[in-house]
Amino acid sequence: MKAAIIVFPGTNRERDMKIALERASGHAPAMLFHRETELPAGTDLVVLPGGFSYGDYLRCGAMAAQSPIMAAVRAHADRGGLVLGVCNGFQIMIEAGLLPGGLLRNATLRFLSMDCRMRVERAGTPFTGRWQKGATFRAPMAHGDGNYFADEATLDRLEGEGLVAFRYVDDRGEVTPEANRNGSARNIAGILSPNLRMCGLMPHPEDLVDPLMGGEDGLPMFESLVESLAETA
Amino acid sequence: MSAPAPLDAARAQQLAAEFGLKPEEYERVLVILGRTPSLTELGVFSVMWSEHCSYKSSRVWLRELPTKAPWVIQGPGENAGVIDIGEGLAAVFKMESHNHPSYIEPYNGAATGVGGILRDVFTMGARPIANLNALRFGSPDAPRMKQVIDGVVRGIGGYGNCVGVPTVGGEVNFHPAYNGNPLVNAMTVGIAHSDRIFLSAAAGVGNPVVYVGSKTGRDGIHGATMASAEFSADSEEKRPTVQIGDPFAEKLLIEACLELMATDAIVAIQDMGAAGLTSSGVEMASKGGVGIELFMERVPQREEGMSAYEMMLSESQERMLMILKPGREPEAEAIFRKWELDFAVIGHLTNSGRIVIRHNGVVEADIPLAPLESEAPLYRRPIADTPRSPILEAGDIPDPVGVLPALKSLVGSLDLCSRRWIWDQYDSLVNGQTVQRPGGADAAVVKIEGRKRALAMTTDCTPRYCYADPEEGGRQAVTEAWRNLTAVGAQPLAITDNMNFGNPEKPEIMGQFAAAVRGMASACHTLDFPVISGNVSLYNETEGRGILPTPAIGGVGVLEDAAQAIGLAFDAGLDLVLLGETHGWLGQSLWLREIAGREEGAPPPVDLAAERRAGDFVRARILDGTITACHDVSDGGLLVAVAEMAMGKGVGVALEPAPETIPPHAFWFGEDQGRYVVAVASADDLKIAAAGAGVPAYRLGRTGGGALALDGQGSISVNELRAAHEATLPALMGG
Repeated sequence: MKAAIIVFPGTNRERDMKIALERASGHAPAMLFHRETELPAGTDLVVLPGGFSYGDYLRCGAMAAQSPIMAAVRAHADRGGLVLGVCNGFQIMIEAGLLPGGLLRNATLRFLSMDCRMRVERAGTPFTGRWQKGATFRAPMAHGDGNYFADEATLDRLEGEGLVAFRYVDDRGEVTPEANRNGSARNIAGILSPNLRMCGLMPHPEDLVDPLMGGEDGLPMFESLVESLAETA
Repeated sequence: MSAPAPLDAARAQQLAAEFGLKPEEYERVLVILGRTPSLTELGVFSVMWSEHCSYKSSRVWLRELPTKAPWVIQGPGENAGVIDIGEGLAAVFKMESHNHPSYIEPYNGAATGVGGILRDVFTMGARPIANLNALRFGSPDAPRMKQVIDGVVRGIGGYGNCVGVPTVGGEVNFHPAYNGNPLVNAMTVGIAHSDRIFLSAAAGVGNPVVYVGSKTGRDGIHGATMASAEFSADSEEKRPTVQIGDPFAEKLLIEACLELMATDAIVAIQDMGAAGLTSSGVEMASKGGVGIELFMERVPQREEGMSAYEMMLSESQERMLMILKPGREPEAEAIFRKWELDFAVIGHLTNSGRIVIRHNGVVEADIPLAPLESEAPLYRRPIADTPRSPILEAGDIPDPVGVLPALKSLVGSLDLCSRRWIWDQYDSLVNGQTVQRPGGADAAVVKIEGRKRALAMTTDCTPRYCYADPEEGGRQAVTEAWRNLTAVGAQPLAITDNMNFGNPEKPEIMGQFAAAVRGMASACHTLDFPVISGNVSLYNETEGRGILPTPAIGGVGVLEDAAQAIGLAFDAGLDLVLLGETHGWLGQSLWLREIAGREEGAPPPVDLAAERRAGDFVRARILDGTITACHDVSDGGLLVAVAEMAMGKGVGVALEPAPETIPPHAFWFGEDQGRYVVAVASADDLKIAAAGAGVPAYRLGRTGGGALALDGQGSISVNELRAAHEATLPALMGG
């Protein structure tokens, strides 16, 4: 795996992501400042990590989406390269037009910092290979604007094409309003691009990769990526 | 050099009073200058001599606190204190109040409190790894109070979440004494290399004085003076003195400063906190014994037409002042530009021993630094001792409701209910090193990235004890912090103190202060737990009524291996043992207040020798794996502690009856100090070991099932307790 983590002004979960990628792959990812215009040669995974790029001013992710590095990220995506966006990274992907929909203010109108449970809706992708469809796992969430929104046609298309990656569920694995703390449309926590090479999600699997920090529920996502890249190499 | 244009003498005298200078203090200004001051000079004197900056009422007492230990690298007097935590690393920490601004404008008051304490820590060369807080609110029914609670919590979260430092712990109390004056104390803990600590003493005549960070605006002018005055009905009009925080700018400032600190370009650095450019410029030059000359037109400005006076007094946030080595400006500037921050050389050091402020070629201030510091007012104010409260006899206080109904009420009461509503709004995990999250243990545990080592941290104070007996309360606050660190298995190392009191000009308030310091000092001595930094907030009064004396303590300890840390939740199938002596002390207990409706009596005394024995025993048994869950007994007493442990993992416990020598309600809800409830495989083995260490041990019962069952008194399901515990704050604050 040759991963690059993009650091925007205000990004703050880049080190969490670095730890998770290192733990799964044994390799340190490159840390790339937003002013760069090229990815390191041979980059096979680009990660847009969480944080508050540009302070969430204007609109979450809107300014970061215009950063110099994003042209290179888009070219990487166009070549079928892997892109993972978590939390603010998901917001940036949406603002950059890499994934559809929008992320609104949480329905509670409060910042939500707590563990949630997600159900794997699409197995067999580079991001979910280690899970069975229907498997559930825990991940911390920490966001003020994670309320996924799209028009009905887009939601129907995402569902129809199997592009919903993860949904918020309760402890029994059921899709319920109570499990959907931020109010996302159809409990959607994460989505995939049509070619399954890009994934954006709000919760933070990278913060649950060590038993010492409360568990390894998030580790399969990074192991899936490592495995997927090993297969294609 | 031409002297600045003085104010008209009568006008200067009137302004001095408005700026909070006492008549005799103003006389000293005239003597030092030998003339009437200019407006800018009067501003400089008034903020430097404010209570907030000069500690003029508290300094004589603070000297009594122990500040030294072999592991203390930097004690009080710098931006933050520093301790050696082994492996070439240092922990840097401090707690600071933002009480007055948080009442006037809760969101920004609390947010900038977090921002200010973060700067105090990264100024020293440390990367902040955790934030904590200590909050005191009034009765939720009091005017504006829900709005204050909501705004303060949002403000702390809004700043800490954005800047990417996890908020891992804290404490909250509610009491009508804070109705018009809530307390917001914020603490930051950072990690640095012990041989790379940055200090504030300027050096090197001719060296450039550099301003970095955000631009200067008109916000917060005279904030330090406001923080040194009592509140009155017109406090609303003081809103323009509250600063506005920009956590995004702070995040950039952290990264830029740490990047520059990795080079050797910096001679000295200080954040522009209270009194902004004035205090940073004056203090850096004074500490270094040099002079400083500043050119105001070079200060990055957010607004048009600002005067020297406004720029010197502004408390705009996210700004730092640095002295660089000569010739290093270009590389420093490149780093700050990379992070899209302002960078300006605004002056240089001189050998004049004076601070000279110029603006567009005109001298606006010219003050000798030595007397500004040495002639600063220092008061040994009159003190009056707090009258002793009677010791209540448990046998004289009947139990009106029974033990289990009282337990259910207590776990849902404001001071004991779950704080989940609050911490669910704080990012407690960012950086990926949080081992013990909020609510999971007596202290937060945060690992040091790339090492096995971890820091434990806590904030503590029991204001109702301090009000009844300030010395005992001061002693208890320090001891409780030590106990909470011990309860996760950490070796307690040092504290920071945040002294929140009323008007020091009242002898009874100054008496509380002096007694609290005496009590704190005794605990610091016996527990080898020195004070390495702190902050004093006085004049916490509204309409002449003081708050409860609140010496909030922030404690830090170290664990050599984060994996050895334990939490408070027990598993099933274990023996539950109480360590420490129980008499059934009901005076000042929450049971007495919440169930019997009485706020009275002497608080429980702290026996420091017994504390030390019990704590050292508990820590050793945690580290050798004998104790698998631990919770100190504090607010609410023994049964509340057991209930909190049961609610952790939803595991019940069957409890033995109370010993016949103590009335049951006093046994279960008394707040005797120096006690821990621990879960172990075998109570018998632990009791033998405890006897050898001189620590009383009492087997409470066996864990398991889904209910808290009390022999002879019935039972209550853990789910029912949890429902009562969790419902209070969401119901109050609307979800």
